[in-house]
Parts: sequence; structure tokens; C-alpha cells
Amino acid sequence: MHTVEKQPAEDLMDRFLAVRGCRHHFPLLRQRVNGKPLVYFDNAATSQKPQVVIDAIMRYYEEENSNIHRGVHYLSERATQAYEAVRVKVQHFLNAEHRHEIIFVRGTTEGINLVAHSYGRRNVGAGDEVLISAMEHHSNIVPWQILCEERGAALRVIPINDAGEIILEEFERLLTPRTKILALTHVSNALGTVNPVKAMIASAHARGIPVLIDGAQAIPHMKVDLRDLDADFYTFSAHKVFGPTGVGILYGKSALLASMPPYQSGGDMIKSVTFEKTIYGDLPYRFEAGTPNIGGGIGLGAAIDYINELDMSGVAAFEHDLLAYATQAVGVVKGLHIIGTAKEKAAVLSFVIDGVHPHDIGTILDDEGIAIRTGHHCAQPVMRRFGVPATARASFAFYNTREEIDVFVGALHKVIEVLS
Amino acid sequence: MSALRDLYQQVILDHNKSPRNFRVMDDATKKVEGYNPLCGDHYTIYLRMTGDIIDDVSFTGAGCAISKASASVMSSMLKGRTKSDADALFASFHLLVTGGVNDEAGLERLGKLAAFAGVSEFPARVKCASLAWHTMHAALDDGATAVSTE
Repeated sequence: MHTVEKQPAEDLMDRFLAVRGCRHHFPLLRQRVNGKPLVYFDNAATSQKPQVVIDAIMRYYEEENSNIHRGVHYLSERATQAYEAVRVKVQHFLNAEHRHEIIFVRGTTEGINLVAHSYGRRNVGAGDEVLISAMEHHSNIVPWQILCEERGAALRVIPINDAGEIILEEFERLLTPRTKILALTHVSNALGTVNPVKAMIASAHARGIPVLIDGAQAIPHMKVDLRDLDADFYTFSAHKVFGPTGVGILYGKSALLASMPPYQSGGDMIKSVTFEKTIYGDLPYRFEAGTPNIGGGIGLGAAIDYINELDMSGVAAFEHDLLAYATQAVGVVKGLHIIGTAKEKAAVLSFVIDGVHPHDIGTILDDEGIAIRTGHHCAQPVMRRFGVPATARASFAFYNTREEIDVFVGALHKVIEVLS
Repeated sequence: MSALRDLYQQVILDHNKSPRNFRVMDDATKKVEGYNPLCGDHYTIYLRMTGDIIDDVSFTGAGCAISKASASVMSSMLKGRTKSDADALFASFHLLVTGGVNDEAGLERLGKLAAFAGVSEFPARVKCASLAWHTMHAALDDGATAVSTE
């Protein structure tokens, strides 16, 4: 991770050690699976939750549960304050300028759909282009595809090289006067590639093109500073960053959000309703129709507190070490090839083994108590790009250890033993 | 480990390594694609029918050891059988991989298919084992040109 070098060595070592002591905060990791200690290497699919997050959600339902933004009674007021405090927490976490730029959504997928529907329909027309990359998750492909079909626009795709990195010259060429939005992942879920989003956003802005960044895989691994990146939209899911499922955040720049029509409509997003006319609410509520996942939002707040205390540079250093260790360790496994060898990578190790289907790898590893993801990772175009039907993917979090990687490599040898 | 050994039996490993009838059939009378979007397993099953009799079966495609071995064993068992034989075998196979065959006599009747008994211990893999069979069934039934197990 590029933040690593900026830290003084000793200070960083302290943070590194602090991170290593955190595993016991995650109760789920204490269990055994198939008689073996659980090795959870499926963090890119979803992260485990620290006790403080579980407690915060429980406390909410035990003490505060009430509907927000509408009651005059004590509990409603308390729930509203707790929920709105999370909005401010997220604002500071991302270093966004205004609290009303933080919109609660169900997750990254809904964040992207919101922008494609609301911003997209208003700004993308016949003959226009939407630009994405060849390493996008299906959730950052399909909403744009639907929009393009509906509007008579074209979906353009930035190619990637054999290491799984964006080809920047091609990117520059694909930015044209017809490009109405660039939608790009910060970190690839299937390859681990960390994209140079800051420079790419600057390039797009130089031509007046707004940029949406899919931050689902970035937020758990690195500090994200939106004022530094200058993204127009940024979205992530709470469950990938040690919070609960069913809640996420869409950040949008004030001026853009203010110009956008509502996405979903109904209660909580209005100022007044008559049968003749409805006046929509102000930001951010205009984009938050219906009762939200309040308990989930509270859980996200607790997760952010937890990460802030942990220190992201320590997390990044620790995960960098795990990835380097794992990358070297799997080198001894016969016939194993890593898919995704970008210079800048998050803690994702995607691989194939000659003559062995990833699904069989997954089953044999599971028998050893090791959870990995196998399949196309909702990124079928990436699989096609590398000429494989699927990969096996081990993805790490700071609560994983080198010892677990040793167990994992031992199990990979067993895969080969069983299947040959 | 023993459940794992039961899953990856020698018959399955052998058919995975050297699949039988693994070829395109130019004179097929039926051809159906089977697809499991969850894991990307993808096969095409070819049948050459004379009336009600399956004269020849072949398949192409790619997938995990369980799905490939299942397609291979199926292809070797169906040649010369009637449509109703095939349907009956499919029903027995389905019962087997979902844990419905528990006695020695029942397993014996299944012949080579008995190698897939271990699949029932791995619910996530039942679809892998059944993909080729579902595809074959769709081909016999005339209706679909592609099936999906999701």
C-alpha cells in the first residue's frame, strides 16, 4: 500500500502490532469448521463483525428502536439523533465537505443504481457514452448497460493489461466529448488491483466528465479522503467494512445531487404532498424514501468508530505483509497461477491451479475449515479477459494471520494430492 | 477427510481426468446447453435418437471434477437406452445425490452411479452433479435449448 512508506518505521511497527492484537475482537472467528479452527479468507465477499458492532446493534434494538424523522416522542428523537450522528461520522470518515452529501442506501449496488437512474437518465442521451473499466463488478456494469440501452447511448470499456491494471493510454483515448460519466472501481474484487483513481478523476475532470467510484473493496483496506480524490460520487457497503449487511453509503457532491431527480419516492423524502403536486425534501432526505435500515446504520457507526481507533495505516501495513507472505507462500504450489499481479494491490489473492477446477479447490479447503470464494466473483468479463471460467480467491483482513496462510498452503497441497 | 474421499472417489477422479464421449457430435438430433451461473460450469450435451432409443451421447464443455465426471458417467450409461430408461436413471440419480438412497441393495442397483453417493454430504455440490442430467433431460423433452441450474 502506498501509505506505508509515509509512516516513521517505529511508529508503524507499533500500529502493526496493535492490529495483530485485534483478532479476539471478532467472536465468529473462534469457531471450528469441520473439526478445524476456522480460517476465514472470504473477506472480499463480506467481513466479520467485531463485538462492538454486534453490541451496538443489539443495544439499539434493546433501548432505542423507534422510527426516525417523524415522531415527537422520546424514543423517536433518540433514534433520529443516533442515526443522524452516523451520517456525520461517515462525513468525517470520508472527509466529505457537507453532511447532506452522505446518503444512506442499501449498499454499493443501490448507490450505483441511484446514480445511473437519477443522474444518468437526466444527463445521458442518444449518442452519448458511459465509460467503465474491464475489471468492474457486475454491479458497476449492468446499471449502466440498462441506462445505455434505454437512452440509445454506448457503453465503453477501458481495457486492462495481463497484470490486471488499467491501460492508461487507452483510458485517455476513451475520454471523448461524448463521455457523460466515468464509473470506475477503486479496488478490483476479483484481482485486487488498486486503480490510480485520483489521477484518473483529474483526467476526466479536465474534460468536464464526472466520476463515480465504486469503493466497496477499497474502504476496508485504505484511508479514503474524498476531498483529496475529488470524486463526484463514491459508494460503499457497510458489511465489507466490519459493519452489518443491508446498509451502505452513497456520497455525492452537493451541486450534482441538488440537480438530480429523486430515485425512489414515498415517505420521508417529501416536504408536502397533495394529489396535484409533491414538493420533494431537501438533501439528503430527497434520496432516502421509506424507513431506512436504522439498526444497520447504527452498526455502521460502530464499525467506523472501531476502524478509526484501529488506525488505517496500521491495517494497510499489516495486510500488505499478509499479501506479500501469501503471494510468496503459494509460489511453491505446483501448477498454481495468480490471476491479478498489479503493482498496487489490496489483500486479494485470486488464483487457478492447472487441471483443477476452483470449485473443487473450494470444497477441499472447506473440509480443512478454510473459507475462500470460488467462481466468477460477479465479474464474468474479468474471467473472460484472463481466459478462465472461474478462479479461487483468498481475501484477507487484518484479523488474519501468517499461520493461517501456512494452513491454507498446506491445504492447497492436499487439493493436488486428492485430485491427481 | 473420509467424507471428502467419498466425494472424490476413484471413479469420479478417473472420469474427470479422462472423460468418456467428450466430443462434438456432428450428426446429433438433439443438442442442449447446460449452465450453472453460480460457478460457471458449462456443458453441451449431444444426443442422437432413433425413435425412442438413444443411439449415441456425447458432451463438451468445462466445469469442476464432479460435474465433468457426472456428464462422463452419464454419457457412458445412456447409450442404447430408451427415453424412459433415461428418465428412470435420472430419477434414481437425483435420489442418490440428495441422500435418498441409504441401503446396499439400492446402491448396487445404481452401478457406476453409486460413485456419486458422497455428493449428498456436500449440499453445495448437488447442482454440480446434476447439471448434465438436467441438461440431458431437457434435450429428451424437446422443449429447451438451454437450461440453467440456478
